[in-house]
Amino acid sequence: MYEHDVIVVGGGGAGLRAAIAAHEEGADVAIVTKLHPVRSHTGAAEGGINAALQEGDSWEDHAYDTMKGSDYLGDAPAVDTFAQDAPEEVIQLEHWGMPFSREEDGTVSQRPFGGLSFPRTTYAGAETGHHMLHTLYEQVVKRGIEVYDEWYVSQVAVTDEDDPNERDCHGVVAWDVQSGEIAGFRARDGVILATGGLGQAYDHTTNAVANTGDGVAIAYRAGVPMEDMEMIQFHPTTLPSTGVLISEGVRGEGGILYNSEGERFMFEYGYATNDGELASRDVVARAELTEVQEGRGVEDEYVYLDMRHLGEERITDRLENILHLARDFEGVDGLEEPMPVKPGQHYAMGGIEVDEHGETCIDGLYAAGECACVSLHGGNRLGGNALPELLVFGARAGSHAAGADMPEPKIQTGPDPDAEREELGVPVGEPGATEAAADGGAVENPDSDPEAVVEATAEEERERIETLLEREDGVNHADVRADLQESMTENVNVFREEGSLKQALRDIQDARERYQDVYVADKSRTFNTDLQHTIETRNLLDVAEAITMGALARDEFRGAHWRKEHQERKDDEYLKHTLVSWNDGEPELWYRPVILEGDEQTYEPKIRSY
Amino acid sequence: MSTQTPDTDSETEQPSSTSPQERRMAEKQARKEQREADEAAADNEIQGETVELKVFRYDPEIEGKEEPRFDSFTVPFEKGMTVLDALIFARDEYDSSLTFRHSCRQAVCGSDAFFVNGSQRLGCQTQIADLDGPVRVEPLPHQDVVKDLVVEMDHFYDQMESVDPFFDPDETPEDELEEQRQDRENREQVKLSTRCIWCGACMSSCNIAAGDNKYLGPAAINKAYRFYMDEREGENKRQERLEIIEAEHGVWRCQTQFSCTNVCPKDIPLTEHIQELKREAVKQNLKFW
Ligand SMILES: Cc1cc2nc3c(=O)[nH]c(=O)nc-3n(C[C@H](O)[C@H](O)[C@H](O)COP(=O)(O)OP(=O)(O)OC[C@H]3O[C@@H](n4cnc5c(N)ncnc54)[C@H](O)[C@@H]3O)c2cc1C
Ligand code: SF4
Ligand code: FES
Repeated sequence: MYEHDVIVVGGGGAGLRAAIAAHEEGADVAIVTKLHPVRSHTGAAEGGINAALQEGDSWEDHAYDTMKGSDYLGDAPAVDTFAQDAPEEVIQLEHWGMPFSREEDGTVSQRPFGGLSFPRTTYAGAETGHHMLHTLYEQVVKRGIEVYDEWYVSQVAVTDEDDPNERDCHGVVAWDVQSGEIAGFRARDGVILATGGLGQAYDHTTNAVANTGDGVAIAYRAGVPMEDMEMIQFHPTTLPSTGVLISEGVRGEGGILYNSEGERFMFEYGYATNDGELASRDVVARAELTEVQEGRGVEDEYVYLDMRHLGEERITDRLENILHLARDFEGVDGLEEPMPVKPGQHYAMGGIEVDEHGETCIDGLYAAGECACVSLHGGNRLGGNALPELLVFGARAGSHAAGADMPEPKIQTGPDPDAEREELGVPVGEPGATEAAADGGAVENPDSDPEAVVEATAEEERERIETLLEREDGVNHADVRADLQESMTENVNVFREEGSLKQALRDIQDARERYQDVYVADKSRTFNTDLQHTIETRNLLDVAEAITMGALARDEFRGAHWRKEHQERKDDEYLKHTLVSWNDGEPELWYRPVILEGDEQTYEPKIRSY
Repeated sequence: MSTQTPDTDSETEQPSSTSPQERRMAEKQARKEQREADEAAADNEIQGETVELKVFRYDPEIEGKEEPRFDSFTVPFEKGMTVLDALIFARDEYDSSLTFRHSCRQAVCGSDAFFVNGSQRLGCQTQIADLDGPVRVEPLPHQDVVKDLVVEMDHFYDQMESVDPFFDPDETPEDELEEQRQDRENREQVKLSTRCIWCGACMSSCNIAAGDNKYLGPAAINKAYRFYMDEREGENKRQERLEIIEAEHGVWRCQTQFSCTNVCPKDIPLTEHIQELKREAVKQNLKFW
């Protein structure tokens, strides 16, 4: 058994920032991550990091924009804290040597971004995420923080009280991908899940292959609710074959969208009369898909994004990396041909329910980054708001886990017995309810001695993996995953309808049943990616189900969530968060009201138009 | 594809009994059907096209795999397909034990550097259409193989970490909200060096590194360059860095063969950076005479 004060799961932006904060608080901290930290998906972010730095800007304005952008599904204590802490966090990165783009006078540059009332996005070329990730990792190296890289975390070790609100987390169970060793990691003070996005629930996503929603599913099975999972952001311009992102910058510079008829459809079909190609992400995504559905898509799949008219000089000056992306990943020369694009899953606004200190309802279990939902982005994340979130809430989770004093949280967490509950009338599954793939939230422990809890959980995991590896034949996880991804893309995409959402739930249920017979063909203990992907697929089933349940229950149109039968925002009914929790039974769907009272102002819902 | 151009004249002569909108929709429908027919025909053509992959296989633990060998996979070719796409297809459709690292599939995570047709490349950044078949995929040379295409990276990481790879100025502004000014010029100077994604391709291509396990190697020297050239670090730290760089297994080992520069997927002028540091070392040493 390995032992540390604080264990951070994940080495992306959120995990690294959390580890540094815990270390500064004096804790012995370790990062356990399935990828080496510099391989994390934070490195793919292009656009920038928002923070109110300049004169004329203020944290209050940043908070206001964020709340409005969220379509009033953000919680004010989270939104305020975020906007207040972001400036210091961003300048701290600067002090750590992050190569920001600079103005003539040597100060960091800021640029305008969608939905912001002030140009408050700092950036480092078009590779902001890469530089942020590497800068943070450099600080981790500097501090000598221990990193267990290529270790896959598959469970948290929690005590087995009936009520999740009374459980304690004492560590995690992980296996060394290179050797196959399965070990318990005891965390004396706290575990922080920072496992990133879940884009792999869809077959077309800007997310990395490693973004399989592990942390969300792990916490869920331990009894922590998942919050606002239906809120998935789709980006309108991704390359069809891979999902690689073509930045909004192309349309910002004057790029034009065409359908297969050569029509500039944003105008000709009146999807957006003023902003055209630069209308908000959800509007453009819906327009593109409508074109395809009505037979005006190219190869019945995508549309064209054309930047040739901008001229070679301007393109190489401002959009050079787009030329590389189109060339390397789609085989298209953006100077000579229009680029094929279609909408792709991009960001999960929902996730593990946490309070503004990053803590879940289970004592000692924290979450930060894209896997967490402190309820900052609500129904719609503003571009450039995810990276500062990693810093602000990563740091807070790190300090709190390491024992820093924090005031009583204003955001409530954990299953609420009095909440309003909803029946969906469609079968939903028991997470991983199979012999081989089974695991309950909490293992039945002989006693509540922390080490015993961790060891019992590790032992359970060893048996489970043994069983999986012993099976000689059955279903290949890749088939289950592919079907799941396809159904999600078909039925729970930009457009959502009652019938197809129900179809998705049936497909997921079907995938669950097939997953019971899953087997791992590769019997090696050495670097067994077959085994790893099999376990990840189970996580995808759980998160996909919650996304779909939430989408079916929320019959209104808010932020990224569009329902064919309900094309209006219903503030009377739906100023509330969707929660899905599972406690050794079936997933349960219930609601908690949004908190609109902030430090300085109470946010009054307004129509979101720009 | 249909080569017919729509006959605009006849359009205006249509009987007025159908509304312009109906007509427009009917035409669209016709074009859609034509397109579908064309595409179906095109699909059939492509189905004939495949690419042959020859992939290095090795697993120390599994009987029959401890002896390294090459497996062949025939994968249907699609426009835009990369080496990584082809490997994923081979794994998911034919042999789920085929093992390789990958994640971002967009040349930023640095995990899928392989030896493709005799050269270090990122699988995700290499279009199949640009290669001669059969496509031969091997693990990075000069690194221990863990399994199939996965190599041991620890040595590479150790070298990266041995150059103090972190910004270390003498002091930062007291005010938490005040930044350290950096000249645009100075930022331009270090910019290319900050693009490294730690893929290890350069190290694997370097003959010197292959023969001298202690040689820092191009990536680590480039990392040192990034901080050495940053005007905001203090004199003492610069001196310390110079000592690391010019120590026995540092810059002077480089024989300017340019192989690192040639393979770097991020187009970092590695050899040039190493040369610049050599010049710095000479300059600084002259001062002591
Ligand atoms: C293409 C793209 C562009 C973007 N651009 C921007 C932008 O310009 N501005 C902005 O603000 N946001 C942007 N975003 C969003 C933002 O980049 C992400 O939300 C953010 O980087 C997520 O960081 P993270 O630390 O939560 O997760 P990640 O960086 O994904 O890190 C997750 C970590 O968890 C580890 N992990 C996962 N599962 C396990 C497990 N089971 N066991 C152990 N370790 C595990 C992984 O190894 C990894 O280290 C972009 C996103 C994408 C996809
Ligand atoms: S310098 Fe280039 S080749 Fe070497 S590790 Fe960095 S990105 Fe890879
Ligand atoms: S998969 Fe990330 S660099 Fe190729």
